[in-house]
Amino acid sequence: MTPRQRRWLFAIAIAGFVACYLWAFAGLPGFGHYPGPYGPEILKRAVGETHATGVVSAVNFEYRAFDTVGEEFILFTAAAGMSVVLRRLRGESEHEPVQPPVDAARGRDLPATTSAVRFAALALIGPTAVIGWWLATHAQANPSGGFQGGVVLATSFMLLYLSGESITFRRLSPTTLLDAAEAMGAGGFAAVGLAAVAQGLPYLSNFLPLGHIPGAITSSGTIALISFLVGIEVASAFVLITGELLEQTLLVRQRKPEPEAARGGGG
Amino acid sequence: MTILPFLVVAWIIAVGLYGLVTSRDLIHQIVCLIVVQSSTYVLLLGVGYVTGGVAPYFFDISPHAKAVDPVVQALALTDVVVEAAVTALLLSFAIQAHKRFGTLDPHELAPFKG
Repeated sequence: MTPRQRRWLFAIAIAGFVACYLWAFAGLPGFGHYPGPYGPEILKRAVGETHATGVVSAVNFEYRAFDTVGEEFILFTAAAGMSVVLRRLRGESEHEPVQPPVDAARGRDLPATTSAVRFAALALIGPTAVIGWWLATHAQANPSGGFQGGVVLATSFMLLYLSGESITFRRLSPTTLLDAAEAMGAGGFAAVGLAAVAQGLPYLSNFLPLGHIPGAITSSGTIALISFLVGIEVASAFVLITGELLEQTLLVRQRKPEPEAARGGGG
Repeated sequence: MTILPFLVVAWIIAVGLYGLVTSRDLIHQIVCLIVVQSSTYVLLLGVGYVTGGVAPYFFDISPHAKAVDPVVQALALTDVVVEAAVTALLLSFAIQAHKRFGTLDPHELAPFKG
């Protein structure tokens, strides 16, 4: 199929999509007039039932906790799948690739990291880690939770890399430890659910004491616990993913000077 | 202009799909897929919005205050995480394709299929 034909096919398809979308849209309630029974019902009960003032966290880790288990395992599977895909290639050096990889930007010199970037990154590592930890442990009160906190925690590791300390980055993110932390976070979530089953309650019921003051650090029972476990899982998964990708960049860079002969042919 | 959010959703999907169809680079194509998916955030938050509602956090306000729908917000959060995971996996496939075939152009990759 030529690009031209492809574009025509796309035009026909998108016309169909626009027609169906507008048709579907005609049946929606107007913007700002949400009539759904589920959301308002949760708003009415959540604070009283769970003692969590962050209702989004209450939805994520209590009312739809089962859904979130599945979601967390999507992240777990993606991180595992990624290291499988990339690892197989690393040991595959005896199979010559069909064509040697072409580095399109070979002529470009990599500018050295400036000291301003290094300093800013170093200065931000501590505050970022603290904010990430705070977010992961305060799901019950604020717009936060394990997912956001975990990503911010992982960012502090990326800042470490950005500050030019790639050796420190590797030393502080040993794959075995991260794998264990990730498994602990994901498995811990499932185990909290099973602990409820062991007491004769439905899977993932909130069986811990809810505390007296809604939104306090000791309130909301399993919501805060699950959020913390999710934070560990997300942080280690993202550090693992970043580490894998960074390692690939380093591999390509190391290989760079070798195909000198191929360079002459490039325009 | 109460239909504006929904028109924005349609526009983001269309722009992303156009990029997917015409792209000549796998990394660019992955970014286009992210654009398509980000339309769902606008749709979810647009559907759950309540005129005059506050964010569903009641730490320092009355729990009976009028708030927007928390369920779609939780779904948007799910959406972001899944997107990040899928993107990471797709990028590693792109790396693998580049190593194997020395190109990221989907048109040149097509003959290697199967």
